[in-house]
Formats: sequence, structure tokens, C-alpha cells
Amino acid sequence: MQDKRRVVITGVGVATPLGLGIEDTWDALLSKRTAIGPMQGFDASELPASIGGELPAFKLADYIPKSHRKSAKLMCRDIEIAMVCAYQTVKHAGLVTKCMVERGEAEADAKVDPVRFGASLGAGLIPADLRELAAAFNTAVTDGKSLNLTAWGEEGMTNLTPLWLLKFLPNMLACHVTIVHDAQAPCNTITCGEASGHLAIGEAFRTIARGDADVCICGGVESKTNPMGIGRQIKMDRINTQDNDNPTLASQPFGQDREGMVVSEGGGMVIIESLDHAQSRSARILGELAGFGSGHDIHHWQEPCPDGEGTAIALRKALADANIKPDEVDLLNPFGTGIAKHDESELAGWRAVFGPDMGKKHAATTRGALGINGAGSGAIDFAVSIMALYSNTVPPSQNTEAAIAANAFGFVSSDSRDADITAMISLSRSLSGGQRAALVVKKFQEN
Amino acid sequence: MNRRTVITGMGCVTPLGFEVEEVWRRLLAGECGIAPTTLFDAATFPTTFAAEVKEFPLAALLGDQSERHASASRNSRFALAASVLAWRQAGLDQALALDHTQIGVYLGGGEGPLDFDASTQAAIAGSRDDDGQPIDFDSVRWAPAAMELLNGERELEQEPNLAAAHIASLFKLQGPNFNTLTACAASTQAIGEACNMIQYGDADVMITGGTHSMIHPIGVTGFNRLTALSTRNDDCYTASRPFDRTRDGFVLGEGAGIVVIEELAHAQHRGAKILAEIAGFGSTADAYRVTDIHEEGRGPIGAMRIALHKAGLEPADIDYISAHGTGTEENDKIETRAIREVFGDLAPNVPISSIKSMLGHLIAAAGAVELIVCVQAIRDSIAPPTIHYHTPDPNCDLDYIPNEARKTNIRAALSNSFGFGGQNNAIVVKAFTP
Repeated sequence: MQDKRRVVITGVGVATPLGLGIEDTWDALLSKRTAIGPMQGFDASELPASIGGELPAFKLADYIPKSHRKSAKLMCRDIEIAMVCAYQTVKHAGLVTKCMVERGEAEADAKVDPVRFGASLGAGLIPADLRELAAAFNTAVTDGKSLNLTAWGEEGMTNLTPLWLLKFLPNMLACHVTIVHDAQAPCNTITCGEASGHLAIGEAFRTIARGDADVCICGGVESKTNPMGIGRQIKMDRINTQDNDNPTLASQPFGQDREGMVVSEGGGMVIIESLDHAQSRSARILGELAGFGSGHDIHHWQEPCPDGEGTAIALRKALADANIKPDEVDLLNPFGTGIAKHDESELAGWRAVFGPDMGKKHAATTRGALGINGAGSGAIDFAVSIMALYSNTVPPSQNTEAAIAANAFGFVSSDSRDADITAMISLSRSLSGGQRAALVVKKFQEN
Repeated sequence: MNRRTVITGMGCVTPLGFEVEEVWRRLLAGECGIAPTTLFDAATFPTTFAAEVKEFPLAALLGDQSERHASASRNSRFALAASVLAWRQAGLDQALALDHTQIGVYLGGGEGPLDFDASTQAAIAGSRDDDGQPIDFDSVRWAPAAMELLNGERELEQEPNLAAAHIASLFKLQGPNFNTLTACAASTQAIGEACNMIQYGDADVMITGGTHSMIHPIGVTGFNRLTALSTRNDDCYTASRPFDRTRDGFVLGEGAGIVVIEELAHAQHRGAKILAEIAGFGSTADAYRVTDIHEEGRGPIGAMRIALHKAGLEPADIDYISAHGTGTEENDKIETRAIREVFGDLAPNVPISSIKSMLGHLIAAAGAVELIVCVQAIRDSIAPPTIHYHTPDPNCDLDYIPNEARKTNIRAALSNSFGFGGQNNAIVVKAFTP
């Protein structure tokens, strides 16, 4: 085993339907708000599900330096959200990056060393914008209904802007983030559905621990509140189609009287850095990133393991990596989907590790309030759980009455609860593919 | 004490065949896998050719598991076939008492090809009025068509993490399971990060590499609009001309490259044959511009230097460079400049080649196949050529092993992969010595 450097978390940033920035989102969670409502971004009335969680309006220019404004035309929605998250995260960490200097929000002489600053982001399978694509397709339709490849090749494709492809490549989130904030150290983009954020954070954790970077911005972002984003999930039979008139109750993790997930959009990121680096710049330390583990449900790539074995492997590995035992963990952050087979699998995995009394531990999830955006959901949960640990507050988890009654997890459904939280564990899991990943954060102590 | 990472198995599916030894023989012979596109009607596209994968015996390789993986996308099929070949070469099919929680998968897997007819017809239905006249896209009109035409399983199999999931399910691998999609740099990044996982102890064995096919109407459209592809339609066989002054873009290829990497003691304990050692890996971001590579090659220089440093090697120890060498004006010039910067006075003496001249560009899978070729080159003391190299470019003035393979002792090789978005990865592989 290599010598490991200690890694701490110094900033968290989110863009969620409850607010842009961790403060707004956290306050909204504490006031038990739910962000699911009728879809506004496009007319979803003819789809079996017409609700989702969409971000408040924002101006991209507030989150990027002037020098990058002309690149805005190369951004799909996911990239725009990544810009918001990255700015929020860097600001929360008090980290001085190129963006903050160019925006006049910080002094250049305190800028983080770009070659020691890395990025590791989770991203989704980003669908091309149908408004743009359909308009171009329309120029190459000769039978009234299908794309004529001859016409498309001759002329039709020229109706797409030359740089069209670059808007939708998953790694372009990290591309824009690294340019804006000048991060030149190891940079990766993990595309493992809802597990992406935890896997990306875990990898960046290792990168810093072995000394290949001193600081990393890491997390995940995705938007599924677009026609293909929700349409694909509907066709995969994952969506709650019964609660279009009850949007605030529609996303019910580990519940028993509702079935299916609700789509949303957003993302979460954290700034992690070596302890030395954080202390040398006198950064506020929110917690110590102490453990990472990942595993896989091998049962079938389309279905979770009924016994949640991959989940249990990820949890055990993360605990072992953090060198703590299950009874030393005070807060659990399960993923939760609202899809019975997924939630049953996940619950079985947690119980295999934490035992039958698991419901007595504090637990929190944003699933009821925020739905699932894909690659960004786990990172949002992780950011919220860090704040819970840092502030010794268990936030309410919306729509968890059934889960509490079943003694599945010790969620709080009423007002937030004060609690002494010394360690938390957060899990995310992909709906397609079987990836499972867990992260352990301990309250920071000097020794 | 650092854990060492060795390669114990390799498999690939490429436009020049699917057995590593067959592909290797054909590369040394300077064969080329480029021909007119047959996967779709590309006759009127700006580029009408590609390097396609032909037959590969997936059903035979999967045996009684074949039916179970029948829904797999083209990407996942390539990856499954290459994985079975690599798994067998590593002797893992004969291994007893493996800890499957310590065996993982790390792929640079592309998104599966779009369900083309269904998704295009739904998009078109969404942008036609009741009289069939074109209108702006209307999701209300799109919705019923999409719900009728789209298929859940085909949508699911497009997810980029599905190839890694198929592999894990086939071999029952419960360890870490990652997919990276850093464009053309993805599989080198996957292998490098998988090595990091082994060194840390997150896993003892990783099935790693990449798989991708973008030879479909949307993929070719995207690259044609970027003007990244060669359009030498009248002479497509010679269209991929890395480092040649007449180069006019890359040629799209497809396929998979998979390696089994393993912690040294684990490999030795089970008596595995060790093919080579992965000695170092470097990864950087250009952090420069969305559309251009940094002119000085800042990111590639950093990646190569870090990889050498991690390997504990000097430029003089590198006897062969497998270039990213796409055949685009910009890449080949800047890669040459970066190699000059890192290798200094030694640069003109290091044999460099781009097998993309023969296989085309396998995008996310390119780096993995190129690493496999480096291992073969070390074993056989022979470097593959850059074919169709005839006209020197003053901006590309190094030794690109023109047109014919070259016998040369190779102790260690460096393989470069760079991707759109400023992703730079370099990996060093060397002959194994205990």
C-alpha cells in the first residue's frame, strides 16, 4: 500500500431545483420544500409523465468570466449547469481560480497552481437538442416521415452548426470547467449513470491521496428534464406515471404506495484537497474524505441484484478504506429511487452491512424533494450530507413516511433534528448497468 | 512498497481482425482496413468510407452465454468478444479461488449507436403539422410518436456504462466498475486509472480498455461537420496519412481493445504468463480552448513527462512511441512539437508510428488497441509502420517508420492518446523483468 495523504473537503456547490448554491438548497430542504412540479421547460402534457424538477432561472454570465462568454453557444444544458455548480463550489471553498480572478472576485496572487488542480466529473448520456436536430432533419425528409440519408448527406447535415458534436460529448462538461477555472492536472469524465458522481469523487480522492494533484473539483451533473431525457426513462418503465396531479408526493424513496421515479436536473460538486494544501491556505474544512469503495451488481445489467450484493460490497470497501466500523457511522445517505425493485435491492445491501437495527441510525436523502437527474443526483446528496455532518443537523427527507414506518431508514420527515454526527456514509448506484459506489466522510480532527 | 501492475491477457476486435496475433501480423505487413462504408448508405456524405469491423465470432466466444447478451449494442458486442479473448489468454478461465470482489472493470466505452430509425422518425413526427408540412419541433407532436417508436431495451443499451456491465455480468466481477468517456483519450485513461486502482489496492485484477463505434449517420455527421474526417473519397484506401504533408483528416474506425492487468504478486501466485509491465501513466487537461489544442502542446507534454516520471524512466529509455497520430493537420503538428519538447535532442532518433494509418481511428477504443500493439512490439522487437507516408511535412520532421515495419530492440514504449476537450493521456509499457 502506498503512503496516503489525508484529503479534506473545503467546499460544496450545487444547482438543484430547490436553489442555486448549497445555502439556498439547504435552507429549502430544512423548510421541507419539494421541487417537483409540472414540467415548464417543454410541453410534456402528451407524455405519460409530465412532472419533473427543474432549476430556477439563471444567467450563465453570472457564473463564468467574460472571456468565456463566446463559448456559451457551445454549451448544452448539462454544460451550463456544470458552470453554475463549479462556480458555486469554488466560491464556497474560497478557492482562487482563474474564473474568480477574471471576474474580479479574488486577487491573482492567491491563485491555485493550475498544474496541481484536477477535475473529475460524472456526466450522462446527453441527448442532442431535438429542436435543433429536428429542424435539420426536416430538410432531408422526402417521404413525409423518415430521414432520407441521401438528402441528409448531400445537404441536410449542413443545417447543423459545424461545432454541433462538441455540445453533447460528455467530457465537454469537464472541458469547460477546466478552461474556466484553469485546472490542468488529471481530468476525467465518468459515465456510469447515477453512480457517476461518487465514482468521480472517489477517483479524485485517490488522485490527491497519492500526490498527483493537490486540489480537485469533482462531482456530477445531468439534466433529464428534456423530451429524450424523460422519454427514455418512461420507455425503460422507471417513471411514476400515476402522480402527474400530485407532483410533490410523486418521488417516494423506499416507499410502498407509489411506484417509479421522477426526473429532474442539476448537479453537485465538491472541492477536495490535501490537508496540507487546505491548511496552507487556511481553508475552512467541512470534513475529511476518509473512504471510498465501489462494487458491482452482477445479477443483470438491466436489473439490480435482489440481495443488493454490489451495494454491500461498495459499503464494506468504503468503511474498510476509512478504517471505521458500521457502528461508528452516525448518518446514512442511501440513494433511493422510488422504484420498488431498486429500493429493495439497495435496502438489502445496506442491511447486510449495518444490520437489522439500521433504522435507528440517522438517515437523509434528497430523493423525495429532488427526484433523479442522473449523474448529478449522487453528488447533490453527498454535498447535502457533508453539510449535515458539518452542521450536526439531520435535514428532513421528503416523502419518507412509508420508509420510516417500515423501519427501513431513520429518515426525519418532520423538522430537522440536531445530532452529533462524527461520520457519514453516502451511496449512489446506477439504474442501468449495476455500478455501486460509496464515500465515507468523517468530521475533521487535526490528529 | 508500490504494487506493480502487469499485463497478463489481451484481446481485440478491429477492422483488421479479432485475434491479437492476426491483427499484429497484418499491421506489420502494412495492411489497411479502410474501405467504402457499408454500415449505412454514406454515398452522399462528405466522407464515404471508414474502417469497419467485419465478422467476429461473438456467439462462439460467448458459448452458452450468447443468448443472455443478445441485446448488447455494437459497442458491447465488440467489448465482450475482446474480453473473452483477453480473459482466456490471461488463463483466468482456468484460475481457481479468485476473489471476485477484487476483480473489476474499467472501460473507455463510447455511447452505443442511436436507435436510428426510431429516434429520427419520432423527431420528424414532432416537427410536422397535420398536413405534413415542416414546423418547429413540438414536443406534443413528438410524444406519441416517441412512445410508440422508442424501445426501452434499445435505449438502455446505449448507455456508455453498459459494455462494462456486460463484461462484469459475464465473468461475475463484483469489484470496481467504471466507464470513462474522455473522447479519443478514453481507453488510455481507463487503463491508466485502472492501474492506479491496482496500485492502491482497490482491486487485484482489472479488465480494462475501450470499445466504440461511431460509424453511423449521426457519428459521421458530427465529425464531418467538424471537418475532422478525411474526405479523400476517390482514394479512400490511402486516406489515413498521419504525419504526411497531404493528410486531410482522420478516418473513422471502430472496435475494442481489452487488456487484463493484474497486481504482480497476484499474477505470479497463480502462475500467469506476464506479457509486459505498465510502468507509468500521465494525465492532464489542456484547460485552453474548447475547439483548439494548445499550440505548444502543453497538455501532451505534461502527460508524457508525468508518465515517464512515474515509470522512473528517462526519454533515452523509450525505444518506440505509438503516436496519437490521427492524420489531422493540427494533431500531428502539435504532437510532433510536444514529442520534440519532451525528448529534446533524442527526438529524431525515436521510432514513432501511428497505426491509425491502417486501422483508422477507433475513438474511445484507440488507445487500448495501440497499447496492445506496443506490447507486441516489445515482445517481437519490431515496430509497426505508418503507412501511406510519402510526402514529408516540415512541421512533422521526426522518424515515423514510413511504410515498412522496422526491426529494433524495444525495451519500453510510450503510447499517446489525446481527446477533444483537451484530454491528454500517456502511458509507458515496458518488458517485464522480475
